[in-house]
Amino acid sequence: MKLIKQKKEMSTTKIVYGLYADDDDLMNGVKAFNDKGIAINEVYTPFPVHGLDKALGLKKTRISDAAFLYALYGVTIGATVTWYVMNHDWPQNIGGKPAFDWAHNMPAFVVPMFELMVFCAAHMMSLTFLVRNKMYPGAPAQNPDPRTTDDKFMMEFVTEDVESVKQLLIETGVEEITVKDA
Amino acid sequence: MSGHYEAPIREPLIIGHKTYHDITEDIARPIEERAGKLWWISLYAALVLFLYGFGCIAYTIGTGIGAWGLNRTINWGWDITNFVWWVGIGHAGTLISAVLLLFRQRWRMSVNRSAEAMTIFAVVQAAIFPVIHMGRVWVGYWVFPLPNQFGSLWGNFNSPLLWDVFAISTYFSVSTVFWFMGLIPDFAMIRDRAKTPWTKKIYTFLAFGWGGKAKHWQRFEELSLVLAGLATPLVFSVHTTVSFDFATSVIKGWHSTIYPPYFVAGAIFSGFAMVQTLLLIARKVCHLEDYITMYHIEIMNIVIILTGGMVTVAYATEYFIGWYSGSRFEDFTYLSPGAAVGPYWWAFWALITCNLIIPAFFWFKKVRTNIIATFIIALIINIGMWFERFDIIVINLSRDYLPGSWTMFKPTIIDVGVYLGTIGFFSVLFLLYARTFPVIAQAELKSILKISGETYKAKEGDEHH
Repeated sequence: MKLIKQKKEMSTTKIVYGLYADDDDLMNGVKAFNDKGIAINEVYTPFPVHGLDKALGLKKTRISDAAFLYALYGVTIGATVTWYVMNHDWPQNIGGKPAFDWAHNMPAFVVPMFELMVFCAAHMMSLTFLVRNKMYPGAPAQNPDPRTTDDKFMMEFVTEDVESVKQLLIETGVEEITVKDA
Repeated sequence: MSGHYEAPIREPLIIGHKTYHDITEDIARPIEERAGKLWWISLYAALVLFLYGFGCIAYTIGTGIGAWGLNRTINWGWDITNFVWWVGIGHAGTLISAVLLLFRQRWRMSVNRSAEAMTIFAVVQAAIFPVIHMGRVWVGYWVFPLPNQFGSLWGNFNSPLLWDVFAISTYFSVSTVFWFMGLIPDFAMIRDRAKTPWTKKIYTFLAFGWGGKAKHWQRFEELSLVLAGLATPLVFSVHTTVSFDFATSVIKGWHSTIYPPYFVAGAIFSGFAMVQTLLLIARKVCHLEDYITMYHIEIMNIVIILTGGMVTVAYATEYFIGWYSGSRFEDFTYLSPGAAVGPYWWAFWALITCNLIIPAFFWFKKVRTNIIATFIIALIINIGMWFERFDIIVINLSRDYLPGSWTMFKPTIIDVGVYLGTIGFFSVLFLLYARTFPVIAQAELKSILKISGETYKAKEGDEHH
């Protein structure tokens, strides 16, 4: 009985795709849906549309905060390696530059420490970006319509009330509407 | 898009009546069309040079670096000259993509992709020289602080040569990551319009599943901004560290506090010259005149005037100090009255002519807005900057502290071959890139079409009047 009910519920939920030809129309559309309180599931655009993330109410991304931590990690690695190699494991007097302690020798280690900081921050941040976006080499395309990497802008809705979504899409100048079973 | 207003009097960055789809078509065309005859001829020529150079490298490794024209007095020669030359060329790419991103310079969007490709390919060439200069390349990994069983065999972190290993390898890998991340949306564009199954497969692999979701674009923009912020100090640090290779030594002419800023300015100077050389060809061959406009060319020439001016001031300072110090050793440095009339007078004057006199013609608007003049002057700057490094290394070393060991440097055919080989290798990589990669960051360009596109600017101008 429960199963049947679920099935019945699922069949009423539809995915509606609205394809816009212009980014300004898309932005107006997003505002119109916000005003009506209809949730937009996803928006696919061929380029970063200015102000779209705010209009959709997306939270600020935290990958730059993560990059700061990765940078700290890189500096720590740099400091540890230079201390271990130059002051701890095998201190040497090379060319009249003796190894006293790390604090005294540190100015000579600024370059490698800086480079390791940039190296870790840049690479690990890029990896975080890929992981968070569920992207990897050869992953299947995440956009439902190939035209959204060319010149079209697509809104995606998961809704039971297909008609009101459709109507608002038409009012805001949509070019094409596709309805699919969820 | 009203958030980014641009004054109508600013020159449009995209010429012609373009739509978003036109941009897609224009950028995808060189990839989807069959290669022309000129491309194949260039590729074969580059391959021949590359193979010749490869042979010379193999000979060097097999015989030892005695195969080069180095001697006991001049122990760095063509190899390090070429190394510094190639690293310098690499600078423009990251400067354009990172520094100009932070400064919100929109003209960078048409040139950053190719300039970054040039950076990466140039750094690959640069890395070849110090590696083969090691002689025993198979133990090259000893420069990295890897755990080992040799006891004291760690790299020496007091040495600028080791700093350079870190600087160059970080620069290379971070530039590559920055470049590749920017390429992902454009690969997705190619993937989504691919017709043959193989193209589809290859670009699906490269596009990493990109779909252009709003959240992904938000992260993408944040990533670009932070990577630009990280790459900016990297641009300045790399050539600074290369200059430390010289400046921290006790060789007259090298031991100079002016070196770091002077090297960075020189690197950007030579890098922009190489960008002009490559882009003027790519623009013509790939029909990108609407995206790489005369305005782009002129503004890069203005950067050349600026950095060329900095280099000129550095030369004048070095020359003055060479004379003013009153030291007889200083009179043999590469920029000194002694060098101007000494046995390397021709190298000295090649530097002055190519880097000071001829680029000064860019002060004339007619010259800097002329494509042929730009191409010729850019080539001359490339030659001049090679001579700068040759002079710094060979002239300074040729007159050391013992007059009895003064000597001249004669490059061997192997020296020349390795250098030509790197030019061939670089050309092979760039030619392959131009046929398989989107040469302009089209997604970014689309985002400024309504701000800087000619049609839209004209419309906006009408509304204001």
